[in-house]
Amino acid sequence: MNELKELYREVILDHNRDPRNFGELNDADRVVEGVNPLCGDKMTLYVKLHGDVIEDLRFKGTGCAISVASSSLMTERVKGRSVGATLDLFDKVHSMLTGADVETEEMDKLAALAGVREYPSRVKCASLAWHALKAALTGTDRKVSTE
Amino acid sequence: MRAAADRSTAPRLITDVHTLRGDFPGLSQKVHGHPLAYLDSAASSQVPQPVLDAMLAQQAMNHANIHRGVHELAERATRAYEDAREKVRRFLNAAEPEEIVFTRGTTESINLVASSLGSTLLRPGDEVLITWMEHHSNIVPWQLICARTGARLVPVPITATGEIDLDVFERHLNERTKIVSIVHVSNALGTVNPVKTLAAKAHAAGAVVLIDGAQSAPRQRIDVADIDCDFYAFSGHKIYAPTGIGALYGRRRILEAMPPYQGGGEMILSVTFEDTRYNAVPHKFEAGTPNITGTVALGAAIDYLSRIDMAAIERHEADLLAYATERLAAIPGSRVIGTAQHKAGSLSFVLRGIHAHDVGTIVDQCGVAIRTGHHCAMPVMQFFGVPATARASFGLYSNRDDIDQLMLGLEKAVEIFA
Repeated sequence: MNELKELYREVILDHNRDPRNFGELNDADRVVEGVNPLCGDKMTLYVKLHGDVIEDLRFKGTGCAISVASSSLMTERVKGRSVGATLDLFDKVHSMLTGADVETEEMDKLAALAGVREYPSRVKCASLAWHALKAALTGTDRKVSTE
Repeated sequence: MRAAADRSTAPRLITDVHTLRGDFPGLSQKVHGHPLAYLDSAASSQVPQPVLDAMLAQQAMNHANIHRGVHELAERATRAYEDAREKVRRFLNAAEPEEIVFTRGTTESINLVASSLGSTLLRPGDEVLITWMEHHSNIVPWQLICARTGARLVPVPITATGEIDLDVFERHLNERTKIVSIVHVSNALGTVNPVKTLAAKAHAAGAVVLIDGAQSAPRQRIDVADIDCDFYAFSGHKIYAPTGIGALYGRRRILEAMPPYQGGGEMILSVTFEDTRYNAVPHKFEAGTPNITGTVALGAAIDYLSRIDMAAIERHEADLLAYATERLAAIPGSRVIGTAQHKAGSLSFVLRGIHAHDVGTIVDQCGVAIRTGHHCAMPVMQFFGVPATARASFGLYSNRDDIDQLMLGLEKAVEIFA
């Protein structure tokens, strides 16, 4: 059962139970809907920018522990960061989720998400929020899908 | 009376269903260090050795195209293919083998009827009646043909227990209802629908009736003459055959009046650039070289089932369903989705505070295979207000140990998320 502890680390369970920045953001500049067609899960991400900085962001929706925790950890981590630095972080998180070794120190709490690498069907659960964030920041899509 | 005659001449049927588990090589493996507890037969059933043997023999020694060659292998392949059609006829108690069309499965069977019958039968304002508990494969093909013809798709609501209320069903029938397409056993809820009664009511309203038999064919005796439906669709891979093969039963006079579904070889009598004459049923609906090995395997699966008393399979699975339902009630926060009086095959449930996908991953680590998600029945999930459920489903090889192992996995999930 150690494999399961690796996936469901305490920080994941904590953010699933008590998701940070959960809810709508009325004065959001960007709203993106993320869908995982595999499971039908949906999340909506609200982002408010101030110049080049993510002033505030929130999310709502339903999902598994991995997807809720990933969304929650993400919002906590990128609030107050610049768009450029966040897009750099997206690349690193994406690499981490798909199997590359990244520096755990820099990832900090996000390193907890690395457990999904052993579960190919669950990688999309962890990456959905990040794809929604990238779409919100680059302004390419109002809707993203993991398929 | 054909069915009665078949039964009286048949050797004694196997009733000890649990003794057959050893026929399924896939079930003897370990997964994540545990014996595999395969509880996902509603999605796809495991394949027994005799079916695997028949596939290999067909592919290795009888491989040729059918219905055209004059050589020995072509003759053998043709015979094996048409023998399988007769086996399906007997399996469904259809009147004639010409009423059996081979398809890729239930989905293609329904698409064939929707597209072919729908294009000639449906007029603007006509209605196609389905229910809220249908699989996407009995929703979307009708949406497509309704969009093309101007007909309207009407879903009959279901009750809080996941059943069809006969009065409500009847109220949705009217002179505009041209087609009624209903699932026999719901894949998401396990509900067994009274299809004979529903078909009679639909016929009284003048509608053509299709029964989606994907979940019923593996777990009860099917008699299309008794149900008195016009079409019955099922999939091979849910009755212990491989994927990619299935069949459609269609009443002969309706099949004959329907235009072809696809064009190509096999389905024609003669072709000129000005005019093409179509082959007779069922060949009219089997364009191109079919899945010959799959068809032979389907025949072998029906042979396998024909040695077993289908009523014993039904009893065996009913016992497992009752046992699993009782054990699940002891898991904290569990809730069954679909509590119909008459259920078969599947137990859909949710655990409070734990998403179905997390449940699926955790029990998989305990060697238990279940399905999690919306089960291709999003309206059902919407109706019950859940994003997804976990579903344990049974095959003739399933046993109480499988269910005990699932419960250990569920206890683990509750412990992790406590």
